[in-house]
Amino acid sequence: MDLNYTPEEEAFRRQVRNWLDENIPTSGLRGFDRNADRDKSTLEKMKIWQRRVHQAGYLALSWPKEYGGQAMDPVRQSIVNEEMVRTRAPALIGAMGISMVGPTLITWGNDEQKARYLPKILTAEEIWCQGYSEPGSGSDLASLRTRAEIVGDEFVVNGQKVWTSNAHFADMMFCLVRTDPDAPKHRGISYILIDMKSPGITVKPLVQMTGDRGFNEVFFDNVRVPRRNLVGKLNEGWMVANATLFHERNMLGSTTTTQMLFNRLKTLAAATMRGGRPLTEDPVFRQRLADLEIRVEATKYHMLRQLTDSIRGRNPGLGAWVNKLVGTELNHDLATAAMEAMGDYAMLARDDGHAMDRGFWPYEWMFTLGLVIGGGTSHIQKNIIAERGLKLPKSR
Amino acid sequence: MDFGLSEEQEQLRESARHFLAGECPARKMREIALDAAGLSPELERKMAQLGWPGLIVPERFGGAGLGMLDMAVLLEECGYAAMPGPFLFSSAIAAYALAAGGGDEINTRWLRPLASGDATGAVAIVEANDGLAPSDFAATARTAPAGAVINGMKMFVPYAQSASFFIVAARTGAGARDVGLFVVPANAAGVKIRPLKALDLTRRLALVEFDGVLAPPEAQLRGGADLYERVLSAGAIAIAADSIGGAQRVLDMAVEYAKVREQFGKPIGSFQAIKHAAAEIVADLEPARALVWYAAYAFDALPRDAARAAAMAKARACDVYSRAAGKAVLMHGGIGFTWEHDIHFWFKRARLNESLFGAPPYHRERVAALGGY
Repeated sequence: MDLNYTPEEEAFRRQVRNWLDENIPTSGLRGFDRNADRDKSTLEKMKIWQRRVHQAGYLALSWPKEYGGQAMDPVRQSIVNEEMVRTRAPALIGAMGISMVGPTLITWGNDEQKARYLPKILTAEEIWCQGYSEPGSGSDLASLRTRAEIVGDEFVVNGQKVWTSNAHFADMMFCLVRTDPDAPKHRGISYILIDMKSPGITVKPLVQMTGDRGFNEVFFDNVRVPRRNLVGKLNEGWMVANATLFHERNMLGSTTTTQMLFNRLKTLAAATMRGGRPLTEDPVFRQRLADLEIRVEATKYHMLRQLTDSIRGRNPGLGAWVNKLVGTELNHDLATAAMEAMGDYAMLARDDGHAMDRGFWPYEWMFTLGLVIGGGTSHIQKNIIAERGLKLPKSR
Repeated sequence: MDFGLSEEQEQLRESARHFLAGECPARKMREIALDAAGLSPELERKMAQLGWPGLIVPERFGGAGLGMLDMAVLLEECGYAAMPGPFLFSSAIAAYALAAGGGDEINTRWLRPLASGDATGAVAIVEANDGLAPSDFAATARTAPAGAVINGMKMFVPYAQSASFFIVAARTGAGARDVGLFVVPANAAGVKIRPLKALDLTRRLALVEFDGVLAPPEAQLRGGADLYERVLSAGAIAIAADSIGGAQRVLDMAVEYAKVREQFGKPIGSFQAIKHAAAEIVADLEPARALVWYAAYAFDALPRDAARAAAMAKARACDVYSRAAGKAVLMHGGIGFTWEHDIHFWFKRARLNESLFGAPPYHRERVAALGGY
């Protein structure tokens, strides 16, 4: 065990930090922007920002060089992630492509697909969205019914996706479709890539609890997709998608966001007077704050442990299954504690003139609840931990 | 950046798991726990053959010279087995206190035999008022011509009954930091041991009276309040490591049971109520284990953050263990409430661990204070 970074890594961190300090746009884009409701000009600025990050060599550090990556170890990637959050750099508009479809293509895609799609993911020329959930298939994703029939050298897609983030401005969708309705449900699914400009696609916005337009319904009416857009083998899409999900859960998510939320909560508590003294001196709130800090720190070391396993090329074991559950619930608990600290001000919407801190916490409180749900609710995460991690028998 | 165990530490863990599965299975643990002494001389001897008692003792006193992280790895396995006996208190805490604050004379007399398994030390800190701050102590060490004279009564001393010597915390003056640690042989004149009846049968507790006990100058460990703080941190980390192992064991027991126990025509582990309880234990346990490793590493290598890390680890690991043990008992249903089933030994050890060396609320308050709020 050695928690020191090498001099080279420290130098790299300084270099990243300096670059970010000099290059983060000073106007137009806000750091730590959770809002997915983006107008055309914001979108364009975000694409330019991602392109600059890419040109500087700080995007997709672990991807192979031939596809625009840097072929670096995960420590470098975690350093970049940490510095991006620390300096409140604007979000990467192509995150879904970079973290979801990109790694899938690197693992499962053929050479033509890799060459065709990977570079444009990095340059933000193509923004991706994920076509997984359907109105009747949420937690039971494998029951999905969007149908893709093979006609000649094309798939003809009919059906509907829902909760599709970014579909209103995405160029491409990676999508799970049913290609064999007679096979057992996990074995009749394929993973295909759909051009969002294809005739027959209709995108209808859905407004989130926060009031933002963050996700959509996507309807497919005889949408034609070339067969060459199939990733992996026909009817093996469930395996393709799950391999990526597993990479995702292992993804050495930096816990910097969580640490920043905690620091912000601590600052709030220190500045909030209750009964003639700061909340940080209230024995009950101190206990709660300390308990949260301990959980934040535990999560940080838990992630460092997985980072180490990844560097050593070892399976992280049971630990990797809990990341989504633990991380999203902790962020929501931090926001919930902040709401309590705010007292009556927690009632105000963010555009009210009296809103505290421009309504950061009420928004974050709702947004983090969305993350507890999205990508498999906590209940589903617990099923996964129990069934795949602990090998308890399936109930279904 | 490397946050993982070394190959040697992995081997230590494997061999400890294997050794304890053979030498201290639940049946044997129960037998030792129900015996009056609460320890097995045979098991202690075999551990000594493996060099465990001297794991963190410097080589020049016959030990292996390893650190707290190595000890934490070993203690996790001892907690997994709910191994009874004085090992944790003697070889992690008393050994650390001597190695850090003892002179050659005292260490030759006590640390060397501790390392070889020929002596065990017990730590006598808290008193009837249950406080850990030096200002909570009524026990005093008054300067006398031949050293110090110790007067006072210590409570909840683990394995006092079988100890060869005590490390006693006593006030050396009126100031908040006037505290000293003194090495007192168990057979010194003026020492009286009165056993307490502990809920957790895998541990023995006693009340120890020190009535005008004379401690020669070399018996006072160097380091005063700083050493005292370090010893408390060592205790917190040791108990935290034991707790992680215990939490892993109750999880394993509950999961195994859920796979074979059938109700409504299928294994109860197929029901989501059971699955979610088990998954919640995993979600608590895995990050807590990383935190305990960090605390042990910080104790050895990052003195600036060591006290805060130990407090975090103690608070979290003990919360996690107690919660896990409660859930695991419940998952067993009626059989889990019987004397006959083994799980109550872990359930009670979780509770004892919560209390020893400061309960979670005490450590959360320390985390707040050390974190600057």
